[in-house]
Amino acid sequence: MKFSESWLRTLVNPKLTSEELSHLLTMAGLEVEELDPVAPAFDSVVVAHVLEVVKHPDADRLNVCQVDTGNGTPTTIVCGAPNVAVGLKVPSALPGAQLPGDFTIKIAKVRGIESSGMLCSAKELGIAEEASGLLILSADAPVGQSIRQYLELDDNVFEIKLTPNRADCLSLQGIAREVGAITGAATSLPQVAEVPASIADTRAVVLDAPAACPLYYGRIVKNVDAKAPTPEWMKRRLERSGIRAISALVDITNYVMLELGQPLHAFDNTRLEGAVHARMAKPEEKLLLLNEQTIAVDADVLMIVDEAKPLAMAGVMGGEESGITLDTTELFLESAFFAPEAIAGRARRYGFASDASHRFERGVDFGGTRAAIERATQLILDICGGQAGPVVEAKAELPARTPVRLRTARAEKVLGLKLGAERIAGLFKGLALSFVQQGDDFLVTPPSWRFDMEIEEDLIEEIARLYGYDNIPSPAPRGRMEMMVQPEAQRPPYRIRQMLADRGYQEVVNYAFVEQAWEADFAAKADEVDLIRLANPIASQMAVMRSNLFGGLISNLVTNLKRKQSRVRLFEVGRTFHRDAAAQPVAGFHQPWKLAGLAFGGALPEGWGAGARKVDFYDVKGDIEALLAPAVLRFEKLAHPALHPGRAARVLLDDQEIGCIGELHPEWTQKYDLPQAPVLFELDFAAVKSVRVPAYAEVSKFPPVVRDLAIVVDQKVALQTLLDGLKGQISGLIQDIQLFDVYVGKGVPENKKSLAFRIVMQDTQRTLQDSEVDAAMQQLVSCFEQAFGAQLRA
Amino acid sequence: MDNLDQIVSEAKAAFAAISDPDALEQVKARFLGKSGQITELLKGLGKLPPEEKKTAGAAINVAKTAVETALNERREAIRKAALEARLAEEALDITLPGRAEARGGLHPVTRTLERIESLFASIGFEVADGPEIEEDFHNFTALNTPEDHPARSMHDTFYLQNPDGTLADKVLLRTHTSPIQARYMQAHVAKFGQLETMPEIRIIAPGRVYRVDSDATHSPMFHQVEGLWVGENVSFADLKGVIADFLKSFFETDDLTVRFRPSFFPFTEPSAEIDVAFMSGALKGRWLEIAGCGMVHPNVLRIAGIDPEKYTGFAFGFGPDRLTMLRYGVNDLRLFFEGDLRFLRQFA
Repeated sequence: MKFSESWLRTLVNPKLTSEELSHLLTMAGLEVEELDPVAPAFDSVVVAHVLEVVKHPDADRLNVCQVDTGNGTPTTIVCGAPNVAVGLKVPSALPGAQLPGDFTIKIAKVRGIESSGMLCSAKELGIAEEASGLLILSADAPVGQSIRQYLELDDNVFEIKLTPNRADCLSLQGIAREVGAITGAATSLPQVAEVPASIADTRAVVLDAPAACPLYYGRIVKNVDAKAPTPEWMKRRLERSGIRAISALVDITNYVMLELGQPLHAFDNTRLEGAVHARMAKPEEKLLLLNEQTIAVDADVLMIVDEAKPLAMAGVMGGEESGITLDTTELFLESAFFAPEAIAGRARRYGFASDASHRFERGVDFGGTRAAIERATQLILDICGGQAGPVVEAKAELPARTPVRLRTARAEKVLGLKLGAERIAGLFKGLALSFVQQGDDFLVTPPSWRFDMEIEEDLIEEIARLYGYDNIPSPAPRGRMEMMVQPEAQRPPYRIRQMLADRGYQEVVNYAFVEQAWEADFAAKADEVDLIRLANPIASQMAVMRSNLFGGLISNLVTNLKRKQSRVRLFEVGRTFHRDAAAQPVAGFHQPWKLAGLAFGGALPEGWGAGARKVDFYDVKGDIEALLAPAVLRFEKLAHPALHPGRAARVLLDDQEIGCIGELHPEWTQKYDLPQAPVLFELDFAAVKSVRVPAYAEVSKFPPVVRDLAIVVDQKVALQTLLDGLKGQISGLIQDIQLFDVYVGKGVPENKKSLAFRIVMQDTQRTLQDSEVDAAMQQLVSCFEQAFGAQLRA
Repeated sequence: MDNLDQIVSEAKAAFAAISDPDALEQVKARFLGKSGQITELLKGLGKLPPEEKKTAGAAINVAKTAVETALNERREAIRKAALEARLAEEALDITLPGRAEARGGLHPVTRTLERIESLFASIGFEVADGPEIEEDFHNFTALNTPEDHPARSMHDTFYLQNPDGTLADKVLLRTHTSPIQARYMQAHVAKFGQLETMPEIRIIAPGRVYRVDSDATHSPMFHQVEGLWVGENVSFADLKGVIADFLKSFFETDDLTVRFRPSFFPFTEPSAEIDVAFMSGALKGRWLEIAGCGMVHPNVLRIAGIDPEKYTGFAFGFGPDRLTMLRYGVNDLRLFFEGDLRFLRQFA
């Protein structure tokens, strides 16, 4: 809501500076977003009358003008403006004037002719961004009057960001009422008198949807001059409210809307046939709107129609066909109350908004509907002439204003403040609320312009607002002291993030909506059935919800490579999104938290002491193992659309799949133009968070026996397969089998590899005998031999 | 006995001339070996008359001890010299950089969230979480924002499509973290509703939220932290107290002013916007809008199954992105979501 301060001050004029008023409004919940002067500071500029214009003898583009600035004798001013002409009224800066931009006017010779001032454009006065010549004033502008006074430039524009509950402040009258309440200043709200009918013409109005439109006033005005000029004062007020002046009739309806808050509509009466109805839209009804948009209206849209055709989308926008033009001479003027729920969301549904719908969907004062039509009629007769017919009223049941009970104790409890009934009564009086006091209780009847006083809390808010939020104390919090349970079997998320950070990974946060190609590349999701597509994405590369975190990490890698970062370690913790009919808590969408990482570049940071080895699968596997330790993970071969088929694994914890790890598929390494394949991983965050609570096991007092063993097996045999093959087949004395070397090359037959193990044997109850150890080793070796054709390495 | 003194000084001179440990052992043999000079003298003792034997023996032993002492001293001197030489040789350029994994770091907003969570944990707020693809019901309706409520236009909502291209009208990307309040309260009632008096709810709910908006100060995805305290006697004054305490603790200064301004949210009543102004620093004196808050609307409590006559509560929502910007002086929101290591490493 934008308005001029001087206009407001004609309705309420508190003894406050503009800044003080602005602060008070803000602190009362009417946040002042902008407070700007209408014109910058300047002085000594007056209305001047151009008496004579003669070409400058020595300059083609200059004129030597004689102007009357009101001091009795004509003044010579040299002027370069193309539009200067005899008879015009224009602003003239007098010698000594200070103009915007720190510019002082002096008597000076211009190409040999003395000029005693300067004729000004709007731009030179700082009241317009651009100007093509002198600012032409109205012919009746009083010569010699200060231009600041004449154009009312000593004014400010307030712009208030109104919350949706305060529709009552979408008018000057409403703001004035509010200013009166918060400052105690007297208000002089517009007094509107009924305009008597001078003709008998009427048009019947029928309320076919009385719940949606319970009140409608209509009136015919004949013989108006639609081409009459809008008075300057009205134009000025409209423009300072951000509304462009168009033509007198349009300007008047807008003006009344700004002044009183009631949107009005003027139809060309000659285009209407029969009675006007307010009814819900019929199937397949279409309407060409004033904004040249043709809409097919839904059944829940309230329409204004006549007996032949739809005329307007009620409370939202008029139709093109029945609208007024500069040739209109006969009006049918509408001032109606449309229920907020009948208007809310309708304009938005068709992709536009209007000042009328903005007001109606928030609530328009149904107590002022009549006054508005009278006010508009009077202004039309004053400005455009004509004769008005009688007002036709159609009325059904208006919104009830049921009294709301406020209990003093309840207000005190909610606000945490001792107030007392007397004080509350005082605050209600300040708001001009009508109420009945019953001991410590109040029965408050909300005024017709307030749509936000339905329950006790609404009144408590009013009390708090008037009392001043700042005046409510802010004691230190008090509550029951109770220890919070921190399950030992859960690691705090920050600790996990910190562990990754300590291993060199930097956390990133990426958008949850991604390019569709990423879903195809990294998750093999190309079918619409699998994708979760946004209905209204902000850009095509943010169109689908991600089902894994790889795309973002790879895109981060590309960004950082462009910025000459050669070694990149990244991780992200975020949700992924999957269609799943059985999902909870939102049916249809499984949204698990994931932890994903990416490693690229040197295994160690580049430096004098580090080798040039590039990071590989096993580096990242080590990171994951460290992250989940002491849990022991299993890794199984995995086919994953994002990953190299020979270098990818699923990660299992206690036989549950918790994620994957692998090198980026060479195809994507090439497509995304990466000089080397990064290693990626993604884990279920819930699994990473869980950790076992330690349980004690007896420590053996007897020394362990350690034996080394090297075997040669087929290259294709995976270590895990070997170890799994031993399960249940070997001596219980063997406590641990550690792989400490893998060798391929000279001394080992082709397609074979040598694996060296360190075997630890122990018994908690006794020292082992050599013979037992030998037997256990023999059993182990034969197990390897039989199951995998392994041979003992010589 | 001059002979003995001479042997001792001869031995000392011989030892001193040697700096090699093996050579020293060979020279030792000349004096203390099987046929060394001292050994020979001791062997000769037997031939002496008994009365001389004692004094001569004592004298020889004195000399032997003196030779041995000289030998040991020399051995130690040689060992020390060798050690010194080795130490000098092994000296490192201790100014070369250490060999270690480079450290990564947490995202600056994560850092802020961690601080917020731990500040609130210190007064008994536990962390709650909720889905990001949210039901329209929890995002709006359960928060007293029925369909077509004008407040819905305050949030430019991302909607989803069904696989057949139609609009999925029951779900959306959550526009705020407030639906977590609604869900948590429902769960709380399910758990404790049968008790005469339910335990208090004190939660903090951080998360990502989404709105159709993108420019230098808006990101289509950003963070929010929701807070909720519901109990038998929780008031607006308590809300002010908690917020003031939090802001001073978060910014680690008393040098700031907090103001509460009436505002409107469908799910709180009374509602307020929180502004903060610093009394020093680059932003001195400017009011900065940092949160919305208010007393939980009775309808919201009622929808969750909580009796608003018995219980009251407050809720607030902070923008941790903005708090992070203010805390560290970051001037462009978009930096948080670009993944630029040069930016992110500053917060490691």
